[in-house]
Amino acid sequence: MEKFQKVQGIAAPMPLVNIDTDMIIPKIFLKTIKRSGLGVNLFDEMRYDRQGNEIEDFVLNKPQYRDAEILVAGDNFGCGSSREHAPWAIADFGIKCVISTSFADIFYNNCFKNGILPIVFPQEVVDVLMKDAEKGSNARMTVDLEGQTVTTSDGESFSFEVDSFKKHCLLNGLDDIGLTMQNVDAIDAFEAKNAADRPWA
Amino acid sequence: MSPKTLYDKIWDAHVAHESEDGTCLLYIDRHLVHEVTSPQAFEGLRMAGRKVRAPEKTIAVPDHNVPTTLDRANASTMTEDSRIQVEALDTNAKEFGINYYPVSDVRQGIVHIVGPEQGWTLPGMTVVCGDSHTATHGAFGALAHGIGTSEVEHVLATQTLIQKKSKNMKVEITGKLKPGVTAKDITLAVIGATGTAGGTGYVIEYCGEAIRDLSMEGRMTVCNMAIEGGARAGLIAPDQKTFDYVKGRPHAPKGEQYDAAVEYWKTLFTDEGAHFDKVVTLKGEEIEPVVTWGTSPEDVLPISAVVPAPESFKGGKVDAAKRSIEYMGLTAGQKLTDIQIDTVFIGSCTNGRIEDLRAAAAILKGKKVKDGMRAMVVPGSGLVRAQAEEEGLADIFKEAGFEWRMAGCSMCLAMNPDQLSEGERCASTSNRNFEGRQGYKGRTHLVSPAMAAAAAITGHLTDVREMM
Repeated sequence: MEKFQKVQGIAAPMPLVNIDTDMIIPKIFLKTIKRSGLGVNLFDEMRYDRQGNEIEDFVLNKPQYRDAEILVAGDNFGCGSSREHAPWAIADFGIKCVISTSFADIFYNNCFKNGILPIVFPQEVVDVLMKDAEKGSNARMTVDLEGQTVTTSDGESFSFEVDSFKKHCLLNGLDDIGLTMQNVDAIDAFEAKNAADRPWA
Repeated sequence: MSPKTLYDKIWDAHVAHESEDGTCLLYIDRHLVHEVTSPQAFEGLRMAGRKVRAPEKTIAVPDHNVPTTLDRANASTMTEDSRIQVEALDTNAKEFGINYYPVSDVRQGIVHIVGPEQGWTLPGMTVVCGDSHTATHGAFGALAHGIGTSEVEHVLATQTLIQKKSKNMKVEITGKLKPGVTAKDITLAVIGATGTAGGTGYVIEYCGEAIRDLSMEGRMTVCNMAIEGGARAGLIAPDQKTFDYVKGRPHAPKGEQYDAAVEYWKTLFTDEGAHFDKVVTLKGEEIEPVVTWGTSPEDVLPISAVVPAPESFKGGKVDAAKRSIEYMGLTAGQKLTDIQIDTVFIGSCTNGRIEDLRAAAAILKGKKVKDGMRAMVVPGSGLVRAQAEEEGLADIFKEAGFEWRMAGCSMCLAMNPDQLSEGERCASTSNRNFEGRQGYKGRTHLVSPAMAAAAAITGHLTDVREMM
């Protein structure tokens, strides 16, 4: 996994609440057996008309947001299905950080497995960041994972919380399975005890 | 010892390793797998030269893509990409030696219906699947939740998940339900009350008289939609109904082992005085048959209500409601019972079990689907389908004018050919009314099976109590 350190880039505003994973990547794109190449279909039904033409007023189609690396979104982003195709599509598009007042649980976890940093802020902070994002491509927002801060183009800085283990993995681009394998003895021991205590399981 | 919740007990019994910062390796008892969220995980194993650690605890079944038409044995009924995905699961199941129910097997069906039906799901277990509706299995007092594909790979390789504990939330439904009100109405009413993010960060335990009174099928419907309320999982403490349901199923314990298991399962309840971080209480007798009007499962109202005005909401929900009402082609103030329906879908892991088909058939018996409407029943599994045929339910559906389909996820998420066309409006027993969920620009109203049957007869959203 790619390491996440600091992102200084364009932030795209998507104030709509409850953006679900069907909106992020519609099911017709779930038939792939690969992880790559989904960025072109990110937000497909909001982004293109039925003939495949870009819908002009969709935020990521606007010239100033085509290279966005940060998304500032409405509440409960990523709700719905567990499809990891959602963060795959987001990452493939080039977005490295999503900011909202809350995220759906499975989506939130999936982000960390794919080098994406989801950041939760209270409403008043998201409001400030949304305004900053609305300034377009001349306004660069800075996300610093090490220092746990987001800084607006005006230099206003906000601290965020992130789980220390998830932060460590993201900063170092660590593979979860490899880490867990370091504790294989504990798993073996648990499995043996479980087989004795709950043989039906 | 301090009193524990049911969630605390199951959690504690599955921690294989705990780090200093509280990050745990949670041992997984059952891993369910389907064709859409697993190919990349198996590919990852292959690339790293890893095996499936516990193939005997891993169960796979294709459900999302599979056609539900009677001629589906013919591979040409599937699109090329669907066929490739199902074939990938066939190959992966065989190569990695996991339990498998292929499309041709009568036991095939929706993974969350097959698991309990075959006795894979048992009280006190941890159950995961690369599917958000894994919450369904919580009805057995199992800690069950959806995971992403990276986590599918992690569980395949290690039989554990890296987890931090969620908070405890209690949802109590007191008293008795009124006639015509079902488990689906309970679970939608709860989401209507808490919002789709109300459960974020929590595991919900559903309790109270109205929950106790539900059958296992009804409890599965309630837990199934815990995820729609944002919760990691939903749980219901096991009781005699649970033990009876499990008994005799192919993969449930037998004989002395069953007795020993029941002794253990009887310890799976929330201790008196255990702490909940959040409590929500609804009165069962106040719940009415409900429908959704918008494009989020929290957009729930009693069937007697009208489409709300966007201005009646607060914050970001005002714009979301405006967008929903426009997408759904409705007007504020319109009576919900005046909404005309084009299609009725009965099925899904929410409402594709035998009791759901019985409830719908009871309303449909001797009646006809309104002229010009499309109506289909997609049983949750081949065995549900067979039982419904044996009980004469299939004949009731067919005589009423319903299509009687083979098992699968079907129009719940419309990954197979069962889809709504642009602007088509559906009364659906499924779980999500998101934009485009059942087909591009399709419009979904979530309802119970009985309410879906009522709408099929009248051609508009209908209060089923008028037909009882």
